[in-house]
Amino acid sequence: MAARGAKVAVVTIDPARRLATSLGLRELGNEPRRIDARRFERAGISMQGELWAMMLDPKRTFDELIERLSPDLRSREEVLSNRIYQELSSAVAGSQEFTAIAKLYELDHEHDFDLIVLDTPPSRHALDFLEAPTRLTQFFEGRALQVFLRPTGLGMRLVGRGTGLVFSVLKRVTGVDLLADLSVFFHSLAGMIDGFKERAVQVEALLRDADTSFLLITSPEPEPVEEALYFHERLRIAGMRFGGTIVNRVHHHVPGRLDEAELRAALAGELGEELAGKVLDSYKEYRALAARDRSAIARVADRLGSTGLVLVPFLDHDVHDLAGLQEVERHLFGSERAPASPAQRAAVS
Amino acid sequence: MAEPLSKRLLFVTGKGGVGKSTVAAALGMLAARQGRRTIVAEVAGRDDVARALGDGASPGHAGERQLAERLWTISVDPQAAMEEYLADQLPLRAFADVLGSSRTFSYFAAATPGLRELLCVGKLWELAQPARRTPGASGYDLCVVDAPATGHGLALLRAPQTFAEVARVGPIARHARTISQTLTNSEVTGVIAVARAAEIPVTETLLLQRELRARLGIELDALIVNAVAPHRFAPREIEALTAASEDDRRADHASRHAALRAALGEHVRERGERAQLRRLRRSSGIAPIKLAALLGTASIGVTKCRALADELESQF
Repeated sequence: MAARGAKVAVVTIDPARRLATSLGLRELGNEPRRIDARRFERAGISMQGELWAMMLDPKRTFDELIERLSPDLRSREEVLSNRIYQELSSAVAGSQEFTAIAKLYELDHEHDFDLIVLDTPPSRHALDFLEAPTRLTQFFEGRALQVFLRPTGLGMRLVGRGTGLVFSVLKRVTGVDLLADLSVFFHSLAGMIDGFKERAVQVEALLRDADTSFLLITSPEPEPVEEALYFHERLRIAGMRFGGTIVNRVHHHVPGRLDEAELRAALAGELGEELAGKVLDSYKEYRALAARDRSAIARVADRLGSTGLVLVPFLDHDVHDLAGLQEVERHLFGSERAPASPAQRAAVS
Repeated sequence: MAEPLSKRLLFVTGKGGVGKSTVAAALGMLAARQGRRTIVAEVAGRDDVARALGDGASPGHAGERQLAERLWTISVDPQAAMEEYLADQLPLRAFADVLGSSRTFSYFAAATPGLRELLCVGKLWELAQPARRTPGASGYDLCVVDAPATGHGLALLRAPQTFAEVARVGPIARHARTISQTLTNSEVTGVIAVARAAEIPVTETLLLQRELRARLGIELDALIVNAVAPHRFAPREIEALTAASEDDRRADHASRHAALRAALGEHVRERGERAQLRRLRRSSGIAPIKLAALLGTASIGVTKCRALADELESQF
């Protein structure tokens, strides 16, 4: 898309560093950075637009969000130095999804990208991400937080006489420090909750926007195909727009029946019996893979429809650099089977 | 390499899509064959392992289920794990009921960093105890965990440590410390990384190895590279195939042409894979175990799992 003139941001929230490797970069930062057009020229790609890339750094995004939303310096320092906050912001689980929301909000509000391509973690964790805005909104509005924030709630009771059976049991299980720390933490966050809520609500709307669509990427192997079908079902239930399926690494189908004896004889004449046998074995394996891929694709087309179904062939070499990416790009956009209406924003799983 | 299977708790992780769940199931199957009472556990509401072991029924089923001789499976659910934990930790049943029903504890669990992961890993730890804490449950010799992909897998392993640091004192913190000690004790706990022989999975595997070492002091016990292409042709044979494919006189023979192209394509791929295997071996210092790509009927369901278990057995 960037090669054709759009200003595109590629964002990865996956903790693995795949995107940087594919683009030939050593590191990607937490802010979108424009990729030098000369890199593409060297790989023989003419770049009409701009390609920007970034990799989510949950800890930094979280810190910046606190800095931005703090009503005053004191509450900012209070949060940043809180032990609970420090653990929360640097643990991958949970904070990754939360900060991805904050980042997506920022990219959508403060930049002018024509297209944001979001590379999510593998599908089960991608679901955590899709559900994160709703879960966050529920959490900020829900009783959990109120318990910690109410003056007569948990915090006060702990600081006070610790009345109530529930709290004394809870105290017994968790230790008094943790409850007190949690209470202090949520109290210091209190002034920022509206900011968190606003972001969660906006990103939720963004994910459901008519200009957002979700592309499923899968290999034709049986397990990933099942995973993609499952993910599609979840998208449907969540009311999010499905944009199409890209089946990657497809073995080209060879039509017709294989006349083994005839082929063996033909090959043996020029290559000798032994080598002809090996070539035949290799070819039979290839055909088996092509047949497997064919039935997997039929299953995908049957369940998800064939509109927006794009096949990228299995390339003999591994795709991990710009030249490889360009070859994949040609297969994606080169044929008449270009994806139906490339959306303004796309999430890729 | 019989060693990883002689541990009590074995985490199997790696980049998504490399066949991690099937390898975890195959490792479980192999351990059971070798006479160990084995349970293969998966987390995050998945049933990939059960499916790989040929159990299509009742997805999302809670509890331990026996699938074959000495082989069980479970899908660990954090909510159930929490209730079990409370029942186990609290001296009085009434206390557990108070917490279980008040919902305050679920609020607390939702708000506390790492607690859900801790409860999950706590259940895995419990499954690996020689004397089970779950009333009436019998012990396993080995618990194989189909852990989440790299980043989230690391988070799961780190959860007890994270939580112990957050909570500092109290029974959960103490319990978290016990679990953390079990996870970092290489006599008891092992970690296996599954990869493919391609640039990006190899890079991710090396990153995993570094992070495990730096953050948890854990060393990988084995590297398994899945779906490796066969090394079929000698250099001289490749020359002959190249010459034959460039021979225009017979270009009209369609299946001959397709077969030569397939053979040369396989060679290019295999050469690339070999370079990646070398890089993996050199940078990790571990000789990877290679599993061949499976085809046809051997690649479906429990047959695939059996075939992988056979292959692992011959290489261990």
